[in-house]
Amino acid sequence: MTRSLRPFFDLFATRPLAMLGLVYLVVIIVAALGANVLVHYPPEQIEPINRLSPPSWEHWFGTDHFGRDTFSRVIYGSRLALLIGVGVVSFALATGVPIGILSALYPRLGRVLMRMVDVMMAFPSLLMALGLIVILGQSVANAILAIGIVYLTTTARITYGVSLRLREETYVEAANSMGASTFWIIRKHVLPNMISPLLVQASFVFAFAQLGAASLDFLGLGAPPEVPSWGNMLAESRIYITRAPWLLFYPGLMIVLTAFSLNLVGDALRDRMDPRFREMLGNRGR
Amino acid sequence: MLFYVLRRTGAALATLAAASVVIFVFIHLIPGDPIYVLLGDEATPEQVEALRTRLGLDRSIVTQYFYWVGNVLQGDLGTSIFFQDPVTLIIRDGAETSILLACVTMVWIVLLGVPVGVLAATRHGTWIDQGLSGIAMLLASIPTFWVGLYLILIFAANLGWLPSSGYPSIFEEGGLSNLRYLLLPSLTLAAPNAALILRLTRASMLDVAKEDYVRTARSKGIRPQRVVIRHILRNALLAVVSAFGFTFAALISEAVVTETVFALPGIGRLVVQSILRRDYPVIQGVILVIVCLYLIINLLVDISYRYLDPRVELE
Repeated sequence: MTRSLRPFFDLFATRPLAMLGLVYLVVIIVAALGANVLVHYPPEQIEPINRLSPPSWEHWFGTDHFGRDTFSRVIYGSRLALLIGVGVVSFALATGVPIGILSALYPRLGRVLMRMVDVMMAFPSLLMALGLIVILGQSVANAILAIGIVYLTTTARITYGVSLRLREETYVEAANSMGASTFWIIRKHVLPNMISPLLVQASFVFAFAQLGAASLDFLGLGAPPEVPSWGNMLAESRIYITRAPWLLFYPGLMIVLTAFSLNLVGDALRDRMDPRFREMLGNRGR
Repeated sequence: MLFYVLRRTGAALATLAAASVVIFVFIHLIPGDPIYVLLGDEATPEQVEALRTRLGLDRSIVTQYFYWVGNVLQGDLGTSIFFQDPVTLIIRDGAETSILLACVTMVWIVLLGVPVGVLAATRHGTWIDQGLSGIAMLLASIPTFWVGLYLILIFAANLGWLPSSGYPSIFEEGGLSNLRYLLLPSLTLAAPNAALILRLTRASMLDVAKEDYVRTARSKGIRPQRVVIRHILRNALLAVVSAFGFTFAALISEAVVTETVFALPGIGRLVVQSILRRDYPVIQGVILVIVCLYLIINLLVDISYRYLDPRVELE
């Protein structure tokens, strides 16, 4: 174990639940990467004779209304869950962080940018995502973009808050008075200090991206219906809930466990963080 | 104080104006021509032109925007393409369900979130605290529609205790007993939000408990329960009460999913259906109303916060 990872492991050793969350996330990543090796049936294989069959030795999680194997679809669904999470987090960080830092460094620009963020935050998040999907059209990429834009705002706000505090630090002032360039100060002083608040924010955004994407899927405005996402599986099986309640159980459980694990990890990281920045991070991405 | 109120109101109005531009531009960015939605594909070019002129869609987008804003200021949100009724009337029809659902949900949130949060804070560090905080985090990680579907399965389909969907107005036959239609939806919607209030109450209590005046009160020999209620809870509730405002505003839009699951005739379901029907005037109107509500509640929360705690220097 390298020295830099040491505090990370110490932290999780004292938080068993967060440790379990971390383990679960690793399992999901492995499942997503090895989906084609792990499953016995291709996720789109139809077996009309075995429609809506309960969990059995052949079909661990049962089969859906086309006789497709739910276990396979759940495992393949983890690919989409990771794709959505990574996509949303990358987008929110890639846009929100520069906006936040620039706003803190150039107050005049900052006033304009932060007002724009305020206006965006006046829109309830789910409604904004729905509206964006309508304009952009329905696809996985657009679902990522729509949810990413929602969390751009909170990420920009947090980065802005942290940057403002950092700007007041003596070492930043010192670097500035010694004639260091703005770019150098950002790279050497601002960004390294921002890693831990952003890591916490990233884990919360990842969690809420799961719930947001599931809601969009459920409303029929997320990933196209042929994509085996957990949200789509729930939306499709909804009408069979009395005949085959297990169909809704496993995809839903996966969403819950994924979001819960990410929240646990984020929470553990936050508690270890610099108390000056802790208050800026709510336990919700909004 | 008056200056503060005026400044905040001005800022809220500016945000609303900017939001109205965003909504208008967004609606115009949606692919597809509303004229063809209205007339169908077989319309003659003359019909298309006539309707375009009648609706003012042949004018520049800036003119159209001010035309729309002028109408909105007179209380006219336009006419629904699907229902052919004024949008204001359609929103009014959905408002009863949405507002009642939000109110009943708030009752659950307050009743569950605050006392349990206090319990967790007073048992800080024990397994009770850890368990409750864990449960709260779990509740915040569950998709509401998933809970809703299983509640329907258990309490409506299997046990038959409660209705599974719909909501007849309390002003119609059945009166207040129609509220039972909102029981499952409100619990579904309350779960993640009560969890949030629980965590906030707990954190806020723990913050206040560190204050000097709490130590003074304890060292004066005041009974522990009295310190918790009179000194800690009273001050901790300030932050919690302001969160009630934001939560209430958020409920109106979060209800989109819940209203869809339980087929409730509220504003949230109206938005989704209007999106699927491409009924632009309704989408535009509803979003404007919700944003407006959001800003008003935020404004009231900010002002009352400042009023209750003069130490608070916002910004």
